[in-house]
Order: sequence, then structure tokens, then C-alpha cells
Amino acid sequence: MSAIMEVSGLNAWFGAAQAVKEINLSFEKNTVTAIIGPSGCGKSTFIRCLNRLHEEVPDARAIGRVLLEGDDIYGRGVDPVAIRRKIGMVFQKPNPFPSLSVFDNVAVGLRLGGLRRASILKEAVERSLTLSALWDEVKDKLNAPGTSLSGGQQQRLCIARALAVEPSILLMDEPTSALDPISTAKIEELVTELKKAVTIVMVTHNMQQAARISDKTAFFLLGDMVEYGETSRIFTAPKDSRTERYITGRFG
Amino acid sequence: MERHFDVSLRELKEQLVGMAGLVERAIECATLGLVQRDRALMTQVHEIEKKINEAHIAVDDSCVKLLALQQPLAADLRLIVATIKINTDLERMGDQAVNIAGNATRYISAEPLKPLVDLPRMFEEVRVMVRETIDSFVRTDAQLAREVLRRDDLVDGLKNKIFRDVLEHVKINAGDIEQGLNLILIARNLERIGDHATNIAEDVIFAISGEDIRHSARIETIKQALT
Ligand SMILES: Nc1ncnc2c1ncn2[C@@H]1O[C@H](COP(=O)(O)OP(=O)(O)O)[C@@H](O)[C@H]1O
Ligand SMILES: [Mg+2]
Repeated sequence: MSAIMEVSGLNAWFGAAQAVKEINLSFEKNTVTAIIGPSGCGKSTFIRCLNRLHEEVPDARAIGRVLLEGDDIYGRGVDPVAIRRKIGMVFQKPNPFPSLSVFDNVAVGLRLGGLRRASILKEAVERSLTLSALWDEVKDKLNAPGTSLSGGQQQRLCIARALAVEPSILLMDEPTSALDPISTAKIEELVTELKKAVTIVMVTHNMQQAARISDKTAFFLLGDMVEYGETSRIFTAPKDSRTERYITGRFG
Repeated sequence: MERHFDVSLRELKEQLVGMAGLVERAIECATLGLVQRDRALMTQVHEIEKKINEAHIAVDDSCVKLLALQQPLAADLRLIVATIKINTDLERMGDQAVNIAGNATRYISAEPLKPLVDLPRMFEEVRVMVRETIDSFVRTDAQLAREVLRRDDLVDGLKNKIFRDVLEHVKINAGDIEQGLNLILIARNLERIGDHATNIAEDVIFAISGEDIRHSARIETIKQALT
């Protein structure tokens, strides 16, 4: 298996407070990696370092190496905006652009990238919406506001938006925690489909979800990565007693 | 912090321990029935076995409910999976007790072959195995579970000795073949109970450590380390 992304010696701070400590981790192509751990342990901060979103927070900084297909995304002269196109992100709360239609929500990234030809845009939007399993539900209301969709549909719209620019990695930060069980199941199905096209790193608080859809699982605690391994092993026979306590709900 | 789930697990363990108690009694009745030539004890074995079958179903039922409702993971998951397997082994032990009672009933219907020495010893070893496997499960004591694995060798040794002795005897006394066969069958039944106890011990080790030691050379290593 080839690693599409390799993280080494990654540390991140908010001001003087260190949120992520010396993480070494690789993501293999076309896999789903789940990041689990209690609230505040640095999961979001960690994945926000993977597409250079972390540095957008005032006073925040990160050191370490994050290689995307061999190139350091923190390298000199690298444009963070270009990085975020290659490494897309989906957040906990669906956040379609409120003033944009369903179509424009998906097309926005491509337009920003300079794409103008209507026919190509149309094709790309349809492809992304199909990939995100939303096309059939919205093909007749492409001009409706993105925010008029249901919560689960909005989240799939955000996934379509991220996919439109054909990223190689998709970061997802608790993408289903605001959704009902049916919408959650749809996203889980989708993730399993999507990994044929992209590599997925997903933060989740739902142990069963991590167990169901991820190939690898990393357990974070207080900014450290305590344990990492095959999901099937982590959820049947974790090595570290802290992992064991966390996933069996004995923490605290 | 005690979870609600821990209460359910404790109840499940109690169910299994109750069932193991029945199994012990069934084995005891069958063997005492043989030694004391007491048919009433043989009848009791059948009654106990009915209760074992009921417990078998009840334990499986509890396990399925816990799997569905709690979706346990890690050590919790291993404990329930182990319980399902232990449950099956206990039920089979009950069946073997019934087999012993049947063979013993035939044996005591005729003249004894010779004074029973090795069979009661074998029975005692097996009884301790059953007791220790269940103790190791209740106390999550992997060391004790490993002791059981070692004791199984003693049981196998006794079975082989009984086979040899009975064979020697019937070679000279051809008229005793049927009685000899009954004794060999009982030794075989006891040995099977020991095998089930060994399975349980392996499941206990798996539940505790997540380590699967079945069919592995490691059993030999462990046995050697203990002898
Ligand atoms: N914008 C911020 N400013 C200052 N501290 C923050 C900020 N965001 C998160 N933190 C702190 O960083 C730590 C890690 O947070 P986070 O990465 O959000 O954890 P998680 O996603 O695992 O819940 C926490 O102690 C949190 O309080
Ligand atoms: Mg978070």
C-alpha cells in the first residue's frame, strides 16, 4: 500500500497552549482513517493542520512535516489555498453558502479556479452531486437555495462542493453529528463509496461509526496519538488500556 | 465509573456461573452413580441436563440482546463472544454427563470388572478443571485458565492408562469385553469433558487478553512453561 499523505513530527499550538503533540501518521491511498478521542483532545486541530486551515486562527501555529504525495504542504512558497483544493474539508455543521443555489454551491470552487464554460461546469456539478449521492434528489431544484435542503442533504451538498475540485484527500470533522440516523447512514454509505476516489480522514465521536466504515483508527488523548492500527483490531483488542477504556465508555 | 452495561455483564456472568454449577452437579451425579452403583443418581443427571438446556438458551438469549442493544466493543465484545462459546461448551459437557450416566447404568447392571481406581481419579481431575475454568472466567484470571490447559494433559494421561489397563484385562478375560467397553466409553466421556474445559480456558484467555491461543504452538509453550 502506498501512503498518499505522510505526517511526521506534527505539533500545533493555540498561542502558548499545545493542542497537538508530535504526531507521526501515514494515510494510505483509498482508505478511510477514523480519528477518535474525547472532546478537546486535538482531533479537529490535527486534521485542520492537514490542509493548513489551522494557521488561519490568530496566534495559531504548527510545525512538522505533512507530505502530500511526497511534497511538503508546509514547504516554502506553497500556497495554502491551492493545498485546500487538493485536500478538501467537510465540517460538523453543514455550511452551504446561504446566498447560493444548489448548483452554485457545487460550482463555486470550480469558478474560483477559473472555470467558465457552462457545459463543463454543468458536467462537473452533476458528477459531484452524483458522487455525493444527491443528484437524484436535487436534479429538479438546482436553482433552489442550498439552504432549502434538509440537513442531511445539505451535508451531502457540502461533500459535493468539496469533491467538485477533485481533491485527493477529503477531511471530515464529525460530519454526521448533527444528522438524524437515516441521513447518517447515507453519509456512511457514501464514505464507503467515495474512498474508491479519494482518501478519507474522518473525525468521529461515534465508535460504531468508526468501526463500521474506517480501515484504520487513531486514538487521540490530550494531543497525543495513543494508539493507531487496523480498525478491526482497535475495536476488538486494543493494546493500550486508555484506548480500551475510551472505546468501552469507561473514561472519566 | 460503573456503567449500566457492567450490571448487565455481571448478571450474564451470574447466569453462566449458575449453569456451570449445574454442569458440575451433573458430572458428579453421573460419576457417583457409577462408583456407588446408584441408579437414582443416574436419573438425576437427566433432570439436571434439562435445566442445563434451559440455561443454555437463556444465556444465548442474553448475549444476543446485549450485542444488539449495547453494541459492545473491545473487552466487552470479547467477553460476550467468549460467553457464547463457553455456553456451548457447558451444554456439551451436560450431554457428556448424560452419556456417562448411560454407560455407567449399563456397567452397574452387571458384575464389576475390577475395583475402580483410575476412573475416580480422572473424574476428580475433570471436576477440578471445570471448577477452575469457571473460576478463571469469573475472576478474569488468565493464569488460572492456563493451569486448566496443563491439567488436561493429566486427564489425557489417565484416559490412556485406563484404555491400556482395560485392554490388557479383556485380552485375557474375553467374557469381560462388554464391561470393559463401558469403562472405556466412560473414560472417553470424561476426556471429552476435559476438552470442553480446555476450550473454555482458551476462550477465557481470549476474553481477558484478546489473544487467540487455539490451535497454536503457543499452547505447548505455555504448557512447558508451567511444568
Ligand atoms: N480557536 C481556538 N483557540 C484557542 N484554543 C483552541 C481553539 N480551538 C481549540 N482550542 C483548544 O485546543 C484543544 C484541542 O481542541 P480541538 O482540536 O478542537 O479538540 P477536538 O476536536 O478533539 O474536540 C482544546 O484544548 C481546545 O480548547
Ligand atoms: Mg473537534
